[in-house]
Amino acid sequence: MIYTDKVMEHFQNPRNVGVIKDADGIGQVGNPVCGDMMTFYIKVKNNKLADIKFQTFGCGAAIAVSSIVSEIAMGRTLEEAMQISNDIVAEQLGGLPKNKLHCSNLGADALHAAIEDYRKKQAAAETQVTLEAEKCHCPYCEGPVDGLEAVCTSCNLELEECPHCGNLCKQGEEKCAKCGADLRVE
Amino acid sequence: MTAELPDGEMRQVYLDHIAATPLDPQVLETMLPFFRDNFGNPQSLHSAGQEALVALEAARARVARLVGADDSEITFTSSGSEANNFAIKGMAMARRDKGNHLVLSAIEHQSILNSAKSLEKSGFSSSLVSVDKDGFVDPEAVRRAIKKETVLVSVILASSEVGTVEPVAEIARICREVGVPLHTDAVAAVGNIPVDVKALGVDALSLAADQFYGPKGSGALFVKKGVRILPFIDGGIQEGGRRAGTENVAAIVGMGKAAEIAGERLSERQDRMTLLRNRLIDRLPQRVDRAYLTGHRERRLPHHASFCIEFIEGEAMLLNLDMKGVAVSSGSACTSRALKASHVLLAMGIDHALAQGSLVFSLVDKTTAEDIDYLLDVLPPVVDRLRKMSPLYTKFLEESQK
Repeated sequence: MIYTDKVMEHFQNPRNVGVIKDADGIGQVGNPVCGDMMTFYIKVKNNKLADIKFQTFGCGAAIAVSSIVSEIAMGRTLEEAMQISNDIVAEQLGGLPKNKLHCSNLGADALHAAIEDYRKKQAAAETQVTLEAEKCHCPYCEGPVDGLEAVCTSCNLELEECPHCGNLCKQGEEKCAKCGADLRVE
Repeated sequence: MTAELPDGEMRQVYLDHIAATPLDPQVLETMLPFFRDNFGNPQSLHSAGQEALVALEAARARVARLVGADDSEITFTSSGSEANNFAIKGMAMARRDKGNHLVLSAIEHQSILNSAKSLEKSGFSSSLVSVDKDGFVDPEAVRRAIKKETVLVSVILASSEVGTVEPVAEIARICREVGVPLHTDAVAAVGNIPVDVKALGVDALSLAADQFYGPKGSGALFVKKGVRILPFIDGGIQEGGRRAGTENVAAIVGMGKAAEIAGERLSERQDRMTLLRNRLIDRLPQRVDRAYLTGHRERRLPHHASFCIEFIEGEAMLLNLDMKGVAVSSGSACTSRALKASHVLLAMGIDHALAQGSLVFSLVDKTTAEDIDYLLDVLPPVVDRLRKMSPLYTKFLEESQK
């Protein structure tokens, strides 16, 4: 079997499948051309994820990733949820086949996109009290980001796997941020 | 129909015979002596070697008979892929002085497409002839693609992904008219439909034993007498100097026996499997809505039924069916190691989202109507479950309510 028992368990019994009709935030990533598509719906109460539902079009890994992301994030603060990275997702699933690691990015991305969506709606409601100076910027694209995402939602930067430690790095980066390996050599 | 057999075990239904057929017990019996007692090398002059040589040549005659060839026109290879590599590279390089262009169909097997790609390093280029929505190559489109530099045409006899049987005889007529040799990859076809190299009029043809109840690791290339081809493996004088290396005697003997049985039982197997295939093709869309047959309905391999099931992905269906004891395959991007959707489905104009829902069922002579009915019982709940999870299906339902 190409998948771990944990992946198969989540694939067979995915948690939190569905749609939240009056969601506070909706995040959608991927498209059928790339293979997978995920939609996350969230309800936020006191800055915490009170409910999460998802729908996924995709393979076993994509479904298991969505399920475990919803499980990890449930009840967490928005800041904590934004810290959920693809590494954490893959680790929690006991690992994913190398060619399915991108699925673990999608899960976190979809959740983060839902939180972003929620924050944007909130910001609009609060009649632009946010000052430009308070905004964070993506270290890669300089684009505005509202929190501490693992992946920038402004530039949607493309990642590549470090051949030494497997960490995901920005494409074209010279050194791996995790192990320091030289990424330029072919 | 339930999943439980009388002894409480789950029914096992293997419907991925395009990947592998079971070894016929009679074939195994003919192979065993060449593992145990007769280990002789066919190139040796002593009795043990000569005995192996006799068995090797008997197998060659049996394989030749199955496709209507002369014994001397059969070269043994290690697989269908090797036969395809041998044909494309060997025939193109042999005619290198005449030109550097190949014409291939867009639905060729990777072993053909990648052989052509590898020839690019030697200055060759290739044109891909597209197919229609049923997967047919238009013979006139092949004619139009042939240039004066064209040294080889290769069109698959039947695609393992959609099962459509191509008009290869007609394409062969055109190739003869313009004087370009034609190879056909008949790996999925030989042993399952009547294949005669003279009736087809091809110059070269690939086949593999594991498609007709023979062993894996055993294939052959037919090359018509007088057609030039460069050796594939340099070395000794095995296979007339075309493919050096000590012969895989047991596997070749097995292929010979499998070819003999395939010849004898071809029409019986074909009739039987066509009935079951039609049962599947007729009934699956009645059980699952928005399931579309891929490939032509009648002019297809008798043991092949392939579908695209909308709004869900093939690997997820495959894994769920596996849990119910049903083995199938899929051409979805997620199922492939390279994460690319089947080039065959895309060439037929099927869009990426629908191609993701690919399922391929391939039968064997032991498949029963109960097996098909069991699949038809376990598939709909799998589809329902995955569709309930699918954002595309939710969107479809919302839009159809408007």
